[in-house]
Amino acid sequence: MTISMEKTVKTPAVAARQPGFLQKGYERLGLAGSAAALVLLFVSLSAAFAPLLAPYDPDFPDLLAALSGPTAEHPLGTDALGRDILSRLMWGARVTLAGPGLVILLSTVVGTVLALVAAWCGGRVDTVISWVLDILFAVPGIVFALISVAIWGPSLFTVVAGLAVAYIPYVARVVRGAGLRERNLPYVSAAWLQGQSGAGITFTQILPNVQGIVIAQAISSLGFAVIDLAAVSFLGLGVQPPTADLGLMVKSGFDSVLRGHPAEAIAAGVLIILIVWCVTVIGDRLTTAARSMR
Amino acid sequence: MSEALLALDNVRAVLHTRHQSQALLNGVSFSIAKGEALGLVGESGSGKSLTTRAITRMLDPAFEVSGSITFDGAPVLSMTPSELRSYRSMDIGMIFQDPRAHVNPVHTVGDFLTEELVRNRGLTRDEVEHRAVALLDEVGVRYPERRLTQYPHELSGGMLQRVMIASVLLAEPRLILADEPTTALDVTAQSDVMAILDEQRRARGLSLLFITHDLELAAACCDRLAVMYAGEIVEQGAHVYESPGHPYTIELLGARPSIDERLDRLPVLRYNRDIHEQLKAEA
Amino acid sequence: MLLVLLVTSFIVFGMMYLAPGSPLAFVLGPRGGTPEQVAAVTAQYHFDDPFFVRYFRWLGDIFQGNLGSSIVYRQDVTALMSGRIGTTAALVSLSAVLIAVVGVGSGMLAALKSRWVDTIISTIAAIGLSTPVFVIGVALISVFAVGLGWFPTFGVGSGGLDTLVHLILPAIALAVASAAYLARITKAAVNEERTREHVQTAKVRGLAPGVIVRRHVLRNALIPITTVMGLTVATLIAGAVVVENVFALDGLGSLLVRAILQRDFAVVQAVILVLVVAFVVVNAVVDFLYTVIDPRIALGSRQ
Repeated sequence: MTISMEKTVKTPAVAARQPGFLQKGYERLGLAGSAAALVLLFVSLSAAFAPLLAPYDPDFPDLLAALSGPTAEHPLGTDALGRDILSRLMWGARVTLAGPGLVILLSTVVGTVLALVAAWCGGRVDTVISWVLDILFAVPGIVFALISVAIWGPSLFTVVAGLAVAYIPYVARVVRGAGLRERNLPYVSAAWLQGQSGAGITFTQILPNVQGIVIAQAISSLGFAVIDLAAVSFLGLGVQPPTADLGLMVKSGFDSVLRGHPAEAIAAGVLIILIVWCVTVIGDRLTTAARSMR
Repeated sequence: MSEALLALDNVRAVLHTRHQSQALLNGVSFSIAKGEALGLVGESGSGKSLTTRAITRMLDPAFEVSGSITFDGAPVLSMTPSELRSYRSMDIGMIFQDPRAHVNPVHTVGDFLTEELVRNRGLTRDEVEHRAVALLDEVGVRYPERRLTQYPHELSGGMLQRVMIASVLLAEPRLILADEPTTALDVTAQSDVMAILDEQRRARGLSLLFITHDLELAAACCDRLAVMYAGEIVEQGAHVYESPGHPYTIELLGARPSIDERLDRLPVLRYNRDIHEQLKAEA
Repeated sequence: MLLVLLVTSFIVFGMMYLAPGSPLAFVLGPRGGTPEQVAAVTAQYHFDDPFFVRYFRWLGDIFQGNLGSSIVYRQDVTALMSGRIGTTAALVSLSAVLIAVVGVGSGMLAALKSRWVDTIISTIAAIGLSTPVFVIGVALISVFAVGLGWFPTFGVGSGGLDTLVHLILPAIALAVASAAYLARITKAAVNEERTREHVQTAKVRGLAPGVIVRRHVLRNALIPITTVMGLTVATLIAGAVVVENVFALDGLGSLLVRAILQRDFAVVQAVILVLVVAFVVVNAVVDFLYTVIDPRIALGSRQ
């Protein structure tokens, strides 16, 4: 009874077809999206299991084999200090994926809660929250990261903290809009009439109905977070050497490019593009799917 | 009755999608004489608007149109792009249901009114504005000079529909197609706009194809009626309203609630596709 | 608008109180400082006053053009910035022009020409959108400056035409992602406007296809395009920080990064304030443009 009309109508249709998890995912993502998801899965797994899979210690310098170019021992070559580029890519992808992941996790949780509170309470609370979001929105993410670094010094965590604040409005704006729409639907009034509390309705009724949009927006933002974080590392204000990070690898590879050895810069640059492209494609498909369900 | 200005003969429009083909206009034939007004009546989805789109060649390319449409002897369906443009520009004028959506919001009323004549016929803007002001006055728009510099959102729906009528009259077409021109307006504006359209048309001796679901309104301002159902014209003539012959028309006329007596339930049409197919088979 | 400025200035001022250690030590940095410097910094931030008085006096100084002085360069911050602000402004403007021309142009092509053109442009746009500006910068230098030698690698050149040549690669690097995004938005906006009812009216009135596209499709699509263009220029200002570092341009961005690394706090505050002022000004200009482009919106009533 308390559950929305939508659900009672939907259930038999779902039961009739019984699509598996994979099929459902494919329906939402389409061909390009599924391909992107597979590539991203492959990259994430290689990054996650880098300690087991990487052929070399990413920090081990073999100065005799420095800037070797692709060889049988080093399939992607070595960098200026003779470190294996493939191993560094695998280790670097961990930071490049985990950092932005943390940014998005934090900003999505805070943004969603703020947005739902704004949408539910309305009035002055909504005005104040929207106002704060507008101010955050007016300033690009990377500036927040730089402010954070200026205060607490360069490190992965200060950048993540700065970006997490900067990314709050992206999620919050979308969720607030969706929340306002949901709020006026009959199932919410029904729950209200049954004596459920505002917070209860928001989190047990509205949240499940906007989760598709939340996830789609989070994934879309993840692509931008990867770019911003890598950029800050490239500037030397984020992840500090000798930790392997894709942004840093482009930076150190850049110096080698000037000496005629592009392997490291190309490898790291291409991997960043690939990651961001996959994330963006998946985000786009999920956004379209979430919209068409409204 | 003089010769036909517009004639449709066995016009079919078939929509081809990936999976199926469906005939949405199924052999429509009628004609409109010079100076004559024909009312095309039917429920929503019967193909009235599709018919006007076929006449103006505005149907989506996914439709396959067959049969013949002639305007003053010229075959509309085989016109070249430039012939088509001059046919749309000089010969016909179209009034749409929702003026708000059909007038570009970013240009002024003056831009809207003068655009066609200035661009297609090489008149100067001043000249056209002069005529536009006179016409706006005739169709009952007050302060016509001031309207020219206003934007569509500053006018009411009724006013905007008068502007639309003025824009059509300005081009001096020979046939006006009016697709439910009053449905989107509020009730008081409806009768005014309809009266103006009727009066202007008669004064200029223009032909009119009037599309509506309101049989009574159509009977009041048209010389002949044609009743459409499921992409076909089931009945047409000058006396359809007074003495309907087809079961669908009879039921449609009977379905109007009377103003004199109070009904417990509003009448519902029982005529449907099955009965329609059966009747066709019997005929 | 003014409120945003006030809030950011407050955050920028409050920054040093969030940092570990005493504000005085933080501003002076790890170098400590001579007694004269301690006195100068104390005067600059009015450390002898209560917090809010300090803030408003600091704000008052800024309005009078006094942004303090750099500990590292031992120079007035205003003088330090005035020499570099031109480079950043030139870079961002050149890039904005590129974005407007290439982004809107290719978006229109994608929407109006054949499917084939659409596929090519959409693919390039998708790749462009996924590529960080520093990767493009490195790639452009590697290919066009180091590899082919067509363009200079670093620096801003010696003014005039030479500067323009020096700024071409950086401007392209800065423009790619935004141009790709704008192309997408343009394509979507044009495709949407084409299905509008008023376009049907224009068509049924026998207007020429060119007139319909120009006056009724593109003109209306300008509204969403301007929105995105405005947002884009704001992000360019942030992107300039990165590009200036890749191409070793001596602008505000490279100054900011160096200042952060050297803990030259007065410079950090000043540059961030200038950047935020720039965002706010750009947003205000876009708001004004709206009222010109969309007659339905009156000044100050944007929802």
